[in-house]
Amino acid sequence: MTGTVEIRNVSKRFGKLEAVRDVCFELPEGETIALVGHNGAGKTTLLKLMLGLIRPSSGSIRVLGEDPAAGEFAARRHLGYLPENVSFNSALTGSETLAFYARLKRESSAAVAPLLERVGLSHAAGRRVGTYSKGMRQRLGLAQALLGEPRILLLDEPTTGLDPALRQSFYEIIEELRGHGTMVLLSSHALTELEERAGRVVIMNRGVKVADGSLDELRHIARLPTRIRLKVADSGLADVPCWLGPLGEWRRVNGRVLEIDASPDQKIELLRRATAVGAPVEDVDISPPTLDELYAHFLRSQEALR
Amino acid sequence: MRNILIVARKEIQEGLRNRWVLATTLLLAALALTLTFLGSAPTGNVGVRALDVVIVSLSSLTIFLLPLIALLISHDAIVGEMERGTMLLLLSYPVARWQVLLGKFAGHLAILAFATLVGYGAAAGALVATGAAIDAQSWAAFAFMIGSSILLGAAFIAVGYLVSALVRERGTAAGIAIGIWLMFVLIYDMALLGVLVLDQGQTVSGVALNALLLLNPTDAYRLFNLTGSGNVSAFSGMAGVAQTSTLSPPVLLAALVAWALVPLMLAAIAFSRREL
Repeated sequence: MTGTVEIRNVSKRFGKLEAVRDVCFELPEGETIALVGHNGAGKTTLLKLMLGLIRPSSGSIRVLGEDPAAGEFAARRHLGYLPENVSFNSALTGSETLAFYARLKRESSAAVAPLLERVGLSHAAGRRVGTYSKGMRQRLGLAQALLGEPRILLLDEPTTGLDPALRQSFYEIIEELRGHGTMVLLSSHALTELEERAGRVVIMNRGVKVADGSLDELRHIARLPTRIRLKVADSGLADVPCWLGPLGEWRRVNGRVLEIDASPDQKIELLRRATAVGAPVEDVDISPPTLDELYAHFLRSQEALR
Repeated sequence: MRNILIVARKEIQEGLRNRWVLATTLLLAALALTLTFLGSAPTGNVGVRALDVVIVSLSSLTIFLLPLIALLISHDAIVGEMERGTMLLLLSYPVARWQVLLGKFAGHLAILAFATLVGYGAAAGALVATGAAIDAQSWAAFAFMIGSSILLGAAFIAVGYLVSALVRERGTAAGIAIGIWLMFVLIYDMALLGVLVLDQGQTVSGVALNALLLLNPTDAYRLFNLTGSGNVSAFSGMAGVAQTSTLSPPVLLAALVAWALVPLMLAAIAFSRREL
């Protein structure tokens, strides 16, 4: 695994505001990584730093082995970027716009039509971008980010304005690129959506990296309880503590369903009892902490430190 | 180099699409034709040097109109793209900021040059069509007039970029652009004349006057065209000034070139320091 992006002790100040503080991470190729945080947590600033649009106040950044803030920056040819709220000049048509960006990346104009096809814009290729809807502009933005088989894809809120069907095909495209070794960085609020896609999650809050790891690792660190739901037979409802034991808090939700918040070390023991021979349990449903809950947890624990 | 051409091509494409090219060309052609035929009325059909009269009237038109057109297309070039968010995407491509600026400059200048060439060329063509005899000297003066007009446009495009690279909002850029136009085209000359009248030649020396004239690109342009050729200056009533002015045409031309290059360089510096 070679690193595509290396960020070392990077801080960025805008006047008095410290947008990013002492952030370190490496992004290896062939991974999909989610960059998660509130508005103003420093996500967009980090993306701009990686693109070389702004320079760090301190620390160093390497993208494909080069300093992104240095002039023409040849590595940008292998980099796709989709800004938040992407916009285009409204006078040109979709295919003219894409052809312009293709030329800047030294891609042949033959690449334009297939890309428009891929994002489902073929029918509107000859129309002025000014007539496009929000979702169509987002698709055009995605098409330009995909120009030239990028090795790095930086996508800022990529699925806003996309309908569910297109969202699905969007993630299919991402997965295909990742399979070819592209590093995909997704910055988003849509946490549930990212949960299934991202192999790794970086959580930012107020310019500081508060958590970094795969979803499993984060669950391990956070030690958040797993929610277990048991559908209990009528006979078992009477004396729950008797057969279940003193394991975690439990409550009854709608009739015969028990909900238990099990801490990680109790989880197995609890399941064992619930599924033991003779236990009055008809069904088991287990949900590990979601990214949403993990995110909230890490934010809380960081706030508590302040 | 290739990046500059790519950006320039896109600017021209946009100019054609949003009808900037068409509008400026038609405007310049219409005004040039009007001036040509109204302007030839006083000299009548005997006009030996019909084209020289046209040069005088067209260069006056240039001084008013070309700086305005140039500022209109250029003041928005950087700050506008930043506000619309298109600059963010463009700069994430393998293109340096100075290349973006030069590409835009080449594109905008090409639009302006095309409009000037076709618009003013139409006036000369109409003159030829009416059967006026035009000698080689007049043609040369006419060619110089068109060339220096484009140069004047280039100077104001560069000034517009400088404004665009420095300000935070489009509205501010537009306001400053209008102020610059008023300043250079109207107020500067009036103020200069006022000072000269009050001064009565006591403290403002010839050298100082020359310097003051070079500090305004429109004055450099005016002197270049109205006094550059002997025939034209006889018509323009500037003959007196031409004799006292020690500024030679090459110096005036150099001043115009400097007026295009220096603001362009400053704009490139300001743009490269800007954070998005």
